[in-house]
Amino acid sequence: MSAQAPIINEFNLGPISCHSFNQDRTELAVCFNTNVVSIFRKAGAAWNLVSSLAEHDKPVTSVDWAPKSNRIVTCSQDRNAYVWTLDSATQQWKPTLVLLRINRAATFVRWSPEEDKFAVASGSRCISVCYFEEDNDWWVGKHIKKPIRSTVLSLDWHPNNVLLAAGCADMKARVFSAFIKGVDKKPAPSPWGEKLPFNTVCGEFTNGTGGWIHSVAFSPNGDALAFTGHDSTITIVSPATGSVQSVRAPYLPYLSVLWLNENQIVAAGHDCAPHLFEIKGQQWSFSASLDAAVKKADVGFTARDTFRRMDSRGQSTASNDTEVNTHHQNTINSIRVFSGTRDHVEQFSSSGIDGKLIIWSTDNIAKGLSNLHL
Amino acid sequence: MCLENFSSQVAERHNKPEVETGASKEVLLNPLIISRNDKERVLIETSVNSLRVSIAIKQADEIERILAHKFTRFLTQRAESFVILRRKPIEGYDISFLITNSHTEQMYKHKLVDFIIQFMEEVDKEISEMKLSLNSRARIVSESYLAQFN
Repeated sequence: MSAQAPIINEFNLGPISCHSFNQDRTELAVCFNTNVVSIFRKAGAAWNLVSSLAEHDKPVTSVDWAPKSNRIVTCSQDRNAYVWTLDSATQQWKPTLVLLRINRAATFVRWSPEEDKFAVASGSRCISVCYFEEDNDWWVGKHIKKPIRSTVLSLDWHPNNVLLAAGCADMKARVFSAFIKGVDKKPAPSPWGEKLPFNTVCGEFTNGTGGWIHSVAFSPNGDALAFTGHDSTITIVSPATGSVQSVRAPYLPYLSVLWLNENQIVAAGHDCAPHLFEIKGQQWSFSASLDAAVKKADVGFTARDTFRRMDSRGQSTASNDTEVNTHHQNTINSIRVFSGTRDHVEQFSSSGIDGKLIIWSTDNIAKGLSNLHL
Repeated sequence: MCLENFSSQVAERHNKPEVETGASKEVLLNPLIISRNDKERVLIETSVNSLRVSIAIKQADEIERILAHKFTRFLTQRAESFVILRRKPIEGYDISFLITNSHTEQMYKHKLVDFIIQFMEEVDKEISEMKLSLNSRARIVSESYLAQFN
């Protein structure tokens, strides 16, 4: 296998619901759709289980590892979130319960870039922005409630540590201010607004045709927002110019979106392969599937194909190839930066329901694309 | 068949198929009916974490109606071993499948689609075969019965 090929880590321990790496990428927190988060340490090409974080009693929905402060935050369908800190003496992870004050499942959690706050999305139609209160020695949450009408499915922090984007099941993507007095310094004015008290709605967007917003992401400099909907579109909004562009892809909906740099976006989801979107001039468009075999993209597992095959060739049985012709065998539910900086991602990792975690390199992308142009 | 884990917005700490509960409108998608005629049709209802496929089997005459009823009854009583089969069909349909996000996590999505399509093919075939064998059997029985009066 060449160095360029995607690195496939197969755990075979069940579907991966979420994953997160530590700062130097030697340790990995994964949840296999259970109430336990497993910490793996890299040993050569393999990953060895070093500890399990078992405090939740319902499936863990999201995990995030703060790179600088080396803390893990997990949230689960049991309505709780825990912040885990590593006890340096015993090398054990210690949980601290967070006062979220939500009464439905927590769905998504992310540390802010400065790692002094994190935001928890939930099914109780609110986002809890949590910060550490020195006086009481615990994490408390402040709610963003106002226009949210349904479960919040995803979040992303703006690099300025104040703005927060949320994708909801009520078919809207919103940008909020999560400014907390005493924690944050006053942010510099950005295209999203100048005065930003807590719970200011800086923008509310739909993708035209409707559909739950599965994933949101700010561009590396934070001036644009990309979000994916259940109608298989990816929408890029830049408030500075006021442009809203929806790109419809002829594939299944995307569950996760990531900016590689200012001009390239990767999105992955139910189609089992990461897809690349690029800006050409002013126009965003679908560029290519990053999974080596573009020709394999049409594997013919739609009902329509099966009927068509029966019609044209009189074959009643479906094709015998059980496997999907992509590296991931089932839905990809999360893609994250693996190496590189925010404005130049060199490698990214993807995890899916098939229990695989794949690390893709973007050199590969450039190469694959040059092949395509030939 | 794009399903994901989605816990209930209505009841605390519950996670149930939204297409069954129908408690939150925004997570349901528009249902779709594919029909050949008013007797043979398929209803597909989807939601964020579950999907329901209901099939109305062709029932042209009394015999077919009885056969279809017996056949679907036989299957639904063994719903456990069919995994995705719903114990009770939706009103107006003969048999229903309920696919949830946990099924798509365990099984290949395209194979689930294949299974349902194959089932649809087989069920028509099976019932017309049963009808033929029933008719021929009735003929044999009546012949041997009437032979006594010869």
